[in-house]
Amino acid sequence: MKHTLSVLVENTPGALSRITGLFSGRAFNIESLNVAATLDPSLSHITLVTRGDEFIIEQIIKQLRRLVDVFKVVDVSEGEFVEREMALIKVRAEEQSRAEILRICDIFRCKVVDVSPKSYTLEVTGPESKLKAVIELLRPIGIKEIIRTGNIAIMREKKTI
Amino acid sequence: MAKMTGKQMVVEALKREGVDVIFGFPGGAIIDFYDTLEKDGTIKHVLVRHEQGAAHAADGYARASGKVGVCVATSGPGATNTVTGIATASLDSIPIVVFTGQVPTALIGNDAFQEVDIVGITRPCTKHNYLVKDVKDLPQVLKEAFYIAKSGRPGPVLVDLPKDVQNGKAEFDYPEEIKLRSYNPVIEPHGKQIERAYRLIEKAKRPVIYAGGGVIISNAAKELRALAKTMHIPVTMTLMGLGGFPGTHELSLGMLGMHGTYCANMAMANSDLIIAVGARFDDRVTGKIEAFAPLAKIIHLDIDPTSIQKNVKVDVPIVGDCKRVLKKLLLAAKDAGRSSEAWMDQHHAWLEQLDTWKNRHPLTYKEEPGVIKPQNVIEKLYEMTKGRAIITTEVGQNQMWTAQFYKFDEPRTLLTSGGLGTMGYGLPAAIGAQMAFPDKLVVDVAGDGSIQMNIQEMATAMEQRLPVKIVILNNQFLGMVRQWQELFYDRRYAATEFEMTPDFVKLAEAYGAKGFRATKPEEVDDVLSKGLEAEGLTIMEFAIAREEGVFPMVPAGKPTTEMLLV
Ligand SMILES: Cc1cc2nc3c(=O)[nH]c(=O)nc-3n(C[C@H](O)[C@H](O)[C@H](O)COP(=O)(O)OP(=O)(O)OC[C@H]3O[C@@H](n4cnc5c(N)ncnc54)[C@H](O)[C@@H]3O)c2cc1C
Ligand SMILES: Cc1ncc(C[n+]2csc(CCOP(=O)(O)OP(=O)(O)O)c2C)c(N)n1
Ligand SMILES: [Mg+2]
Repeated sequence: MKHTLSVLVENTPGALSRITGLFSGRAFNIESLNVAATLDPSLSHITLVTRGDEFIIEQIIKQLRRLVDVFKVVDVSEGEFVEREMALIKVRAEEQSRAEILRICDIFRCKVVDVSPKSYTLEVTGPESKLKAVIELLRPIGIKEIIRTGNIAIMREKKTI
Repeated sequence: MAKMTGKQMVVEALKREGVDVIFGFPGGAIIDFYDTLEKDGTIKHVLVRHEQGAAHAADGYARASGKVGVCVATSGPGATNTVTGIATASLDSIPIVVFTGQVPTALIGNDAFQEVDIVGITRPCTKHNYLVKDVKDLPQVLKEAFYIAKSGRPGPVLVDLPKDVQNGKAEFDYPEEIKLRSYNPVIEPHGKQIERAYRLIEKAKRPVIYAGGGVIISNAAKELRALAKTMHIPVTMTLMGLGGFPGTHELSLGMLGMHGTYCANMAMANSDLIIAVGARFDDRVTGKIEAFAPLAKIIHLDIDPTSIQKNVKVDVPIVGDCKRVLKKLLLAAKDAGRSSEAWMDQHHAWLEQLDTWKNRHPLTYKEEPGVIKPQNVIEKLYEMTKGRAIITTEVGQNQMWTAQFYKFDEPRTLLTSGGLGTMGYGLPAAIGAQMAFPDKLVVDVAGDGSIQMNIQEMATAMEQRLPVKIVILNNQFLGMVRQWQELFYDRRYAATEFEMTPDFVKLAEAYGAKGFRATKPEEVDDVLSKGLEAEGLTIMEFAIAREEGVFPMVPAGKPTTEMLLV
């Protein structure tokens, strides 16, 4: 099962490598990782997507909490949550495919963020499934490059981490 | 407030933390600290002969005394030499603080002379570590280092001190108290869990207490004894738990696991309730996990949530300091008002069954005329030192024979590397223990292989006039590995036989110590009494049966009921 963990850590130099080291050292997997500032400059926020059965996820959460730099860990995928990923996709845009690209763009509410005589760069935001769909549609047209962020997620309603 | 240099801050913090002795080895990146230490003159420094020795000595000091052990090394090779000692302390949850010198902050990352990223290297084997980049942060870091090392589940903490930080100046505002928002070990157990646990205990017909290193760490031996006695519940111990409950007590089943007693392993396999107290279900204990304690419900007391449900499913987890948890369980029993007789009635049949197992296959060995049996040496060592000695061990057969044949009645009397299994641990650990208890008898039970891994610390012991006693069980083999080869590799003794070993008696003499050797059974008593009674550092070497094995033995990955017996 896929789990999305929200981790608040002390904003110290070693914190991130302690977390990635924990995953590699204990053979847990990381599917995606996103690190960013929070409103409180002394804390960073990490969104981490991982996979495992309930015992492994329980261990991962406990092991994360054990790290001295880790302030809080929440498995946001346990409840209702919203998740978003973003991709920048540079796609080959020849005379005959331009209209097609723009149509896909329209359907998925992507943005064209850069245009050149031979390519469009699109910005796609959404849950992973949406990114996958867009990528599949663009693939036959000719994707030159994709850069993706990790997943970020937030709990619904009144809950905060 | 007057300003202070970083090096003065470290010395000052040591004093405030009540550190009276540190172990270390100098070099360019830590020379400034040493200069201050020398000028101050109030803290005893033990100069080791290898930084690994310093880390193990700090660890031995910590295990014997329950206080935080401290060691110091220079940057680069000095720092890397401590790594095995740090990992050893980490796997056995031992509180030590390691200070390392580092190149000046401006040079960090430049492959400067003797630069190594020790914080990076030790990240996975410390509880926490710090590279101090600004002397202003140092007071807080020092306080945190000691606090983190000793609180919760203890462990090693490393503080890396760049040269300019040692020499920089700032205000020394040492926090009296400390509170870290991201680090809050749970000490007090949850009342509900105590209730649930007590209800299970009340119903159990075949309960066993499985006691581990946590009992010793939390100084809970008294509470454990009270609980076992009140409820008439038998106790088995891990290697790390030995001494947490008296080995001579009638309720003691001895050690469990790979080289545990027949009775202890049978007890686990047939129990209907296992009460794990500060133990972590290590694979040496569980054997094949699917076959482990198939009939038992499990109550698990541990201060570290990650230990719970890591290897086996637990019915009642209780997070907290096991001393407090045991106290609360005792209170619950008292409140329930059940008499000692009632408990006895409930467990009578079970205790009888255990006695049958105990008598069926007690720990034993075969005597052979003219040959010294290592088990016999340990038995005699036990008889001669009973209750007086702190025993350290090396790793291998020597360690297992000690665990089996020396009966540890008191906590902190067996110091052994269980988790990492570090050959070379015993001698420096004995030095640390002897520094903590100058008047106690400290004996390192060693193998001929292990003792050579940190033999250089003989010089340290001599220099400090420490009367450490070393018992070498010499089989001229890396015996434990040889035993596996004998049993599972068709007796192909690949790289386990020593064609050359030093003359340990002469070696002792070379260091200015005394050496004694026994090659026949009738010499054992004499060598032991001479070696133990002689003043100062001694080596007692015993030429033991070369291919003696450690039994019982559960082959790795097998159910613990499938024991190879003598
Ligand atoms: C050659 C060799 C053979 C071995 N054979 C055996 C064998 O046959 N049998 C055996 O048992 N071991 C054996 N060992 C040792 C084994 O590898 C483990 O080190 C040992 O079993 C672990 O002991 P433990 O479970 O008590 O855990 P420890 O490593 O002592 O861990 C302590 C546990 O207590 C918890 N704790 C710490 N402080 C507290 C507190 N205040 N309150 C509550 N809980 C706390 C910790 O979180 C941890 O879970 C062998 C080792 C070697 C080198
Ligand atoms: C540093 C280190 N290297 C290798 C091992 C693997 N090992 C475990 S026991 C053992 C044999 C130890 O030999 P010795 O000290 O003579 O003890 P014996 O088993 O013969 O009593 C070895 C090599 C280890 N535990 N530690
Ligand atoms: Mg040997």
